[in-house]
Amino acid sequence: MFEMPIINVELCNGCGLCLTVCECGALIITGSIVTIQETDDCGYCTECEAVCPTGAIQCPYEIIVEDTFEQTLQQGVE
Amino acid sequence: MAIDVELLKGIPYFAGLSAADLEAVSQRMFEQSIERGDMILLEDDPSEAIYFVVSGAVKVFKTSIEGKEQILCLLRVGESFNDVPILDGGPNLASAVAMTPIVLYGMTRSDIEELLRENPRIAMNVIRVLSKKVRHFVSMVEDLSFRDVTSRVAKLLLEYATDHGGPEEGTQRPRLTQQEMAAMVGTAREVVGRSLKVLEEEGAIRMDRHRIVVTNRKALQQMSGVT
Repeated sequence: MFEMPIINVELCNGCGLCLTVCECGALIITGSIVTIQETDDCGYCTECEAVCPTGAIQCPYEIIVEDTFEQTLQQGVE
Repeated sequence: MAIDVELLKGIPYFAGLSAADLEAVSQRMFEQSIERGDMILLEDDPSEAIYFVVSGAVKVFKTSIEGKEQILCLLRVGESFNDVPILDGGPNLASAVAMTPIVLYGMTRSDIEELLRENPRIAMNVIRVLSKKVRHFVSMVEDLSFRDVTSRVAKLLLEYATDHGGPEEGTQRPRLTQQEMAAMVGTAREVVGRSLKVLEEEGAIRMDRHRIVVTNRKALQQMSGVT
């Protein structure tokens, strides 16, 4: 499952600015609020979050460690 | 296409004007529609007009010789750009691109100068708008020159990667938006975006869609000043 931007419907004012910046068509207006559809095409560019005037869209990042540099060093020692 | 006077009311330059004054403003305006991704202004080109965003969003940015981009601001409905070159007669200070399909209202230098001479209320509004912009840019200069934002972002990522290295069963790994990172290190979202790019270029992290992967903890420690 792809992680998608998160919409806070209580903050969304339905201005639609995020739709116009989204290049993958993941965002649609339903009624007067924006909803999101899961799509493989979403590259998580975060532009929808950047342009949202009410802070209704969030693109959170998971922060993980995958230290290839340390792994290379360890493999060298072994 | 006719200028919508109601839309002019939402532009800070024209706040508090009478119907007659707004009509006079609208007579001097022109409308321009621009497709997403099209350039509106190029840095250092001669300035021709001041623009007001009527719909959509505009990115104003500078580009270094190496092609690095620094976003100066994202503009939405009601906000103006290219103010300074129009008022001082110099070239465009920055480039501007349409982030979405946009509609702009524009006004040439001679027309805005005429309006400023005729209407002190507009002149006061312009001073307020420019003062707000000076505050924004002074804050950005402070971030970029005195505060080492990249090292603070590096430190934040290290703390998160270390404290929350692996989610316990049944719990979700804490996640941060660029806006939250900006608030945590005391800077603007745009500056965080630039810092993440710097960290990625240095090989300390990799931006992997919704993940920030620490690929070289030692490099991240060095950049954060943590030994």
